Amino acid sequence: MPRAGTPLRRALDSDGIPVITTSGLTKVYQSRGREVTALDGVDLHVREGEVYGVIGQSGAGKSSLIRCVNLLERPTTGTVTVDGVDLTALAGRGRRAGKELREARSRIGMVFQHFNLLSSRTVQGNIELPLEILGVSGRERSRKALELLDLVGLSDKAKAYPGQLSGGQKQRVGIARALAGDPKVLLSDEATSALDPETTRSILQLLRDLNQQLGLTVLLITHEMDVVKTVCDSAALMKRGRIIESGTVSELLATPGSELAGELFPVSGAATGPDRTVVDVTFHGEAATQPVVSQLARTYNIDISILGAAMDTVAGRQIGRMRIELPGRYEDNVVPVGFLREQGLQVDVVEEEDAAAALENELAVLVEDGAK
Amino acid sequence: MTWSEMQPLLTQGTYDTLYMVLWSTLATVAGGLPIGILLVLTDTGGLLQNRPLNKVLGVIVNIGRSLPFIILLIALIPVTTAVVGTFIGPTAMIVPLAIGAIPFFARLVETAVREVDHGLVEAVESMGGGVPTLVGKVLLPQALPSLVAAVTTTLITLIGYSAMAGAVGGEGLGSKAITYGFQRFETGFMLATVVVLIAIVTVIQLIGDGVVRLLARRGRTA
Repeated sequence: MPRAGTPLRRALDSDGIPVITTSGLTKVYQSRGREVTALDGVDLHVREGEVYGVIGQSGAGKSSLIRCVNLLERPTTGTVTVDGVDLTALAGRGRRAGKELREARSRIGMVFQHFNLLSSRTVQGNIELPLEILGVSGRERSRKALELLDLVGLSDKAKAYPGQLSGGQKQRVGIARALAGDPKVLLSDEATSALDPETTRSILQLLRDLNQQLGLTVLLITHEMDVVKTVCDSAALMKRGRIIESGTVSELLATPGSELAGELFPVSGAATGPDRTVVDVTFHGEAATQPVVSQLARTYNIDISILGAAMDTVAGRQIGRMRIELPGRYEDNVVPVGFLREQGLQVDVVEEEDAAAALENELAVLVEDGAK
Repeated sequence: MTWSEMQPLLTQGTYDTLYMVLWSTLATVAGGLPIGILLVLTDTGGLLQNRPLNKVLGVIVNIGRSLPFIILLIALIPVTTAVVGTFIGPTAMIVPLAIGAIPFFARLVETAVREVDHGLVEAVESMGGGVPTLVGKVLLPQALPSLVAAVTTTLITLIGYSAMAGAVGGEGLGSKAITYGFQRFETGFMLATVVVLIAIVTVIQLIGDGVVRLLARRGRTA
């Protein structure tokens, strides 16, 4: 399988070209005379070449959102623009998609949680299906299908039937099929939720590779924080049909009190005694290639305890949060804190009450768990 | 009745029965397949959602399935005469046989097509496929094993119907059994026709099952 070096979290600035834009998207279902609001005014901006993750619990509206992006579901109000084309304007009235919408869809790849491969066709036949829809000639279809199979690392499975493949292999076929129409955009509907952790990792790696090699923009929905952490440049948190927060992973980390950043990089731990200063140090990508903690200890000759940390090192850069404890009150630590800030790190002092409250919360959770 | 007397009757009967059954099965598939697919596509949530059309089709199919075949056979005499020019003989019998079996087959098709995973429909839609692609490349191939089983069941049902057709001027084994076995009290001949019918049904079922197994094996296991 061709691999694209080490995955790299690119620092995307906020003004990249938007490839997927939804504005004021709402979706209301009629269910036994009752109205259920699945989407409640969603504005989403996915920039070209990024991997964008929408995370939320089941029922948050993620699934409706991704289905509205290629209009498998008609939004009740609002617009969807993909690669400069206003899809909602092509929607037509009925359930049936018109020619223009179908053409637009053929340029948007989609992969599914349950793969949705035809058991009646071979692996190669499955990948050729979208090409048949596009009217590609037989020889060209075969060439393209084999090339895609090679890209997803399954060149030896062309003649196999989906029933003979493992879950991870099926998803690779699903991805190859989604790429058949040379899409600019790939929609991934919980593509790894039916897979075991190891297979999940390899599929995410594949998505990342494709993103890098083909410049493919990926919009994925998931309920697993790990997926966002592993592959996403940007993320949005959905709750009850709304996007609560969104941004690049760095932006989110830099946002004090960001729920998503807190979940992506959870830190906890309280001061071990009085006269201690607890600070949260946030590493968000651009800065921090230096071993700052040991530098801090050496420069100021202080003992630092690490209370908790949630860090990832990606391409030599540290991303995440660390909660450290410095000896002395905050007033005594103005200089070391200043040093950390000078390194381009975000430093938030954890108030003792905060820490105590966090500890109490944790204890309460432990007690609860114990009671179960 | 001796065997040499029975033999030509049985041969002719078998030929007529197969003639009626095979042609009417072809007509049934041609008529019932689109109706069955339409029943699925026009249903709520279907790609061609159309409640009125769905209801009308459903009612027609239900009426067709409720009528006892022998009644339908007689009621259709004017139609048969209009189409074939006569209502007597094996060719004429194809009309009521097919009309009687179409609603039955349509329901079997509906069930088979409905069993196709909705995710596949979604996948084809996401690729930009329209209704012809969906039907031709997904619904029919995916439902093929069930459809073959449905054709087998329909063939066998039509053999039963064709025997009834013998009572109202049709030819075939049914007609021979009624004329010779029943009306002339030839118990031996009656038994012989029953044996031939059993043999035909068994062979059809075996072939059908074999094809279904062959199709179903593809894709499932290695």
